[in-house]
Parts: sequence; C-alpha cells; structure tokens
Amino acid sequence: MSITWFVVLSAVLFAIGLFGVMTRRSPLVILLCLELMLNAGNLALIAFARGHGNADGQVFALIVMVVAACEVVVGLGLIVAMYRRRMPIDADAASELRG
Amino acid sequence: MAEVLFFLAAALAIGTALAIVLVQNPFYSVLALILNLIALAILFLLLNAEFLAAAQVVVYAGAVMVLYIFVTAYVGGSDQPVIPEGGVLRTIAPFFAAAIFIELSIAIVGSGLTMLDSSGAEISAGFGSPAQIGELLLSRFLVPFEAASYLLLITAVGAIVLAQRRRGLEEAEL
Repeated sequence: MSITWFVVLSAVLFAIGLFGVMTRRSPLVILLCLELMLNAGNLALIAFARGHGNADGQVFALIVMVVAACEVVVGLGLIVAMYRRRMPIDADAASELRG
Repeated sequence: MAEVLFFLAAALAIGTALAIVLVQNPFYSVLALILNLIALAILFLLLNAEFLAAAQVVVYAGAVMVLYIFVTAYVGGSDQPVIPEGGVLRTIAPFFAAAIFIELSIAIVGSGLTMLDSSGAEISAGFGSPAQIGELLLSRFLVPFEAASYLLLITAVGAIVLAQRRRGLEEAEL
C-alpha cells in the first residue's frame, strides 16, 4: 500500500471540509467541517510519519488532536452563549463585528 | 488484505465526509462525523499508529463527540436549506474546493519524494506503540506536552466563562 494513497485521501477529505466551511451557515456544522479538515491534516501527518519511519509526526498529530479538542470546547461555548442571548444560530447573522 | 481494508475505510471516510456537509439535520452530521473518525482510526492502524488510533476512538469519537451531541440537542436543529442561495462565497465554493484538491494532488505527485511510492520505511517493532509515544512526549517533546496541558486548562476555564449565565447581560436584552 503506497503512502500516496493515504496523502491523496487526506487531500480529498480536506477539500470536502473546506467546501462545507464555505457553504454551510450553521456554526455547529462549520465546526464539524473544521474537525474534518483537522483530521485530514492528521492523516497526512501520520502517513508521512510512516513513510519516514519516524514517530515524531505521530506526536505532532497527538498535539493537533489536543488543539482541536480545545477549539471545539471554545466554539461550542460560544454557540451556547449565542443561544442564551437568543441570537439566531446563523454564521451570516453574527456580523456585528464586521468592519 | 491491507488494500481491501484501505479501500473500505477510505470509501466510508469520503461517504461520511460528504454526509456531514450535505445532510440537513446537524444531529445526523454529528453522527456522520463519529463514523468518519472511526474510519480514520482504521486508516491510522494501517499506518502502524496504534496509540493514535486508540486515542482517536476513545478521546475523539468518544469524549469530544458527546459534547457535540449535547450542544446539538440543547441548541436544536435548524430549518435552513443545506446550501443557501446567494453570496459570492457560496457560488465559488465548489470551484475553490476542487482547485485546492487539484493543487494538493499536483504538489503530492509532483514532489518527487521516493518515500511516497513505497509502503514506508523500515520500522522497528515498537513503532507507534504507547511506550514509544509516551517516551517521546516526556523527553524530546516535553515543552509542547506541557504547553498542551496549559492550553487545556485555559480552555476549560474559558469555556465555563463563555457559557455561564450572565445576569446583567440577559436583563439588558429584555
């Protein structure tokens, strides 16, 4: 099984996630698509770690998982705060900070 | 055997990824992401990353997605169309995603790395085992490890501050 297959699969998953982030309006689904992109990155890191026979890439992927978990917690906290203030759960409507 | 497993897991990963983006109900998107993470864990196993595959299933598909399910149940689904009309961004999004994929593929295939065409370098018996990852985390990568723990602590405090009920703000809204 050549490493190219894994890296190209990660590119496919990254592109699908990017499409979702650009088109969907619900912040929840946007967060899900960001998870998808981060995991595509993780797959590429682990594929390269296997290709070089060096476990450093796996440690990097583990740290990426930690950062992704933090991002999810803060993002979901923001969504709950939006819901509490009775704002619409819509990324297009939350434009107060737009310049 | 490895080929069959790879193509099954890859088909599951791509199918669930499309489901996340194209399904109307956010709840089904979350369930599709759980399946996607499990498919990726199978791929990690094929790449000899045993510890990460286990961590992916236990921490990600287990713990983090429970948080997602609770928030989705709390906030509720939306009645918005999957791909809303209008906006330059939404019109160019499919082309942009396709362009990124083609560019990445050209970069991968054109990189000329001989490693990419092989099935990987020779590895020792304990490659990707919890023992090896743990030893790396506590020796060479001690500083990133400590930074990650501080990041988790700060995030936990930040999430509580963000999601708590603030009396002053809510009364001002009414």
